[in-house]
Order: sequence, then C-alpha cells, then structure tokens
Amino acid sequence: MSVTFWLTMFAMGLVTYATRLSLIVLLERVTIPEVVQKALRFVPLTVLSAIIFPEILRPGGQLLVSVGNPRLLAGLVAALVAWRSKSVLLTIGLGMGALWGLQAIGLS
Amino acid sequence: MVSTRTGLLAGVQGVAPALVGVVPFGLIYGVLAVKAGLPALAAQAMSCIVFAGSAQFVATGLFGAGAPGLLIVLTTLVINFRHILYSASVAPYLKHLSPAWKWVLAYLLTDEAYVVSITHYQRLEEPAERGSHWYLLGAGLALWIVWQISTGVGILAGAQLPAGWALDFTLALTFIALVVPGITDRAGVAAVITAGAVAVLTGDLPYKLWLVLGALSGVLVGWWVDNNRCASKTASLVTSTEEGPCP
Repeated sequence: MSVTFWLTMFAMGLVTYATRLSLIVLLERVTIPEVVQKALRFVPLTVLSAIIFPEILRPGGQLLVSVGNPRLLAGLVAALVAWRSKSVLLTIGLGMGALWGLQAIGLS
Repeated sequence: MVSTRTGLLAGVQGVAPALVGVVPFGLIYGVLAVKAGLPALAAQAMSCIVFAGSAQFVATGLFGAGAPGLLIVLTTLVINFRHILYSASVAPYLKHLSPAWKWVLAYLLTDEAYVVSITHYQRLEEPAERGSHWYLLGAGLALWIVWQISTGVGILAGAQLPAGWALDFTLALTFIALVVPGITDRAGVAAVITAGAVAVLTGDLPYKLWLVLGALSGVLVGWWVDNNRCASKTASLVTSTEEGPCP
C-alpha cells in the first residue's frame, strides 16, 4: 500500500482519538454546570437512537414504514424483548430470529 | 473503594452481552475490507489504529472507491463527532485521574464501552468513586480484544459469509437492548423519539450528519421536557415517586 494510504489511516486514527480525548482533557479543570450535566444524561439514549431508527426505518437508504419491512418488525420485537427482559443476549437472539423468520416467509 | 481486579472484571462482565453483537459486525467489516481491495494487514491495522466500527465501514467503502484521503479523514471526523458528547459525559468521572489514564481510556471509549460504563457510573454513590475507572478499562479492553479477533477472522474468511444472513442487524439489536431499559421517564421517551425522528427525516444528509443532528436535538428535547415537568409539578403540587425529585 502507498504512503498516502497509511498517512490517511493514521490521520483517521488521530481524529477519532482526538474526539474521544477532547473533553476528558478540556473539562478537567472546569466543573460542568448542573444544567449541562442534566442534559448530558440523555447522550447515551439519543446517540444510539439516532443510529437505530434509520437502521430499521430506512433499510437500504429509503424510508419504508410498512409490514413489508422485516427490519422494522424485527426491531419492534427486539424492543419489546429488551423492555420485558432487559437482556442483551435475548434481545439479539429473538431479534435475529424474528428477522430470519420474516425473511423466510417472504416478507422481505 | 473498589479493588483493581473486581473493578476490571465488573467492566468485562458489564460489556460481555454487548460483545455478542460486536462479533458479527467485526466479521462483516473484515469481509467488506477485503472485498474493497484492502490488503489483510491494512484492514487489520485499521481496527487497531482507528478502532471505530462505523467509521471503519464507511472508510473501506471510500478507499475502495478511490476517494481522496482528505475526504476520508473528514468523513471519519464527522462520523465520530458523537465521541465528543461521550467525552463530555464521562469527563466528570475521570477528572481525578492522571493524564496517562485519560489517554488510555480515551482510546478505548467506543459506543458499547461508553454506554455500559456510564450506566454503571450513574448508579454510583460518589461521582468519582475510587477505582471506578477500572470498570471502563475492563469494558474497553474486552471490546478491543474481541474487535481485533472478529475483524481478523472476517478478513481471513473473506467472502464466506452469505449476505442473506443479514448479520449487520446485530449491531442495531445490541443498541436496542442498551437503549430500551435506559428509558425510565417521560423525558427519556421524548429524547429517544426526537433523536430517532430527526435522524430518519434528515437521513439524506451526507457524512452521517443526521447522526449528530438527531443526537443533539434528542438531548435538547429530553432536557426541556425534564425541566418543564419540574415547573408544572411545582405549580400543581403533584409529586411522583417514579420520576426523580424536582430541584
């Protein structure tokens, strides 16, 4: 591989690391105001939701809200399982099972 | 006071269920990287140097398409913007640590390691309970090892995995399993729905900008609902035991 390729890759690593380290270091002398801390509580929920919703509602990049979208139905099954069981393993297992089942009966 | 070993092991245990969803994702990355024309060594090196799943996926596509390096680096930066939010969110819990600790833990701050650790930290009595950083180290290291091995196997297996298995869906399922139990009040519901709706509606924007837009609007709405709840509670003198106390 070329020098450019490796330079690009190291630069990718550097910017990724910079985002992760950024505020851990910058905020060390500052006490974060309570208002901001209360807002930060929503970060894990919202970042993951912003990944999940497009994944199940826009499979292949197109909005598809119908029973013909197996990822949407399997996602709903998974959400129900996660809510009742709080188990990551069970959620992945039954979610994938639902997806494969729907694909097998030709809803995809 | 948490001992070194207990803290480390607790972190490994905390992240373990999420690793089940990480393995197929790593396998698929390996397969895609080889298909995109990356040499095995380069594909594996990316897992070490970048160590960020979704950025690696997009980058292999861009490398394969012969995109210019600067574009690939900028895309990586935008996709990983969410890590700045993570960084802010864990900062109070790592404040007391030495620079060396912060540098190591920052490298390990992936989606899954972050979410399980912050959930653990929010349950602690003291904000910076002594030894609690071992938890993030355990979760981060476990994920790092599993990511390296699964991408390595994917690279070796090449095109053996049939696309019909839809294994990429395990990542969304892992995230669903991490999010749903974390929704404990109306503000959480509002935050989740806003983040999802905004991300879906702005999904045509390039460089995954919808991810940051969705996350930020979700945070704002969640925070606003939380504040409003307290305002109306005080007015009507209704108290709730389910949703935390109002200041």
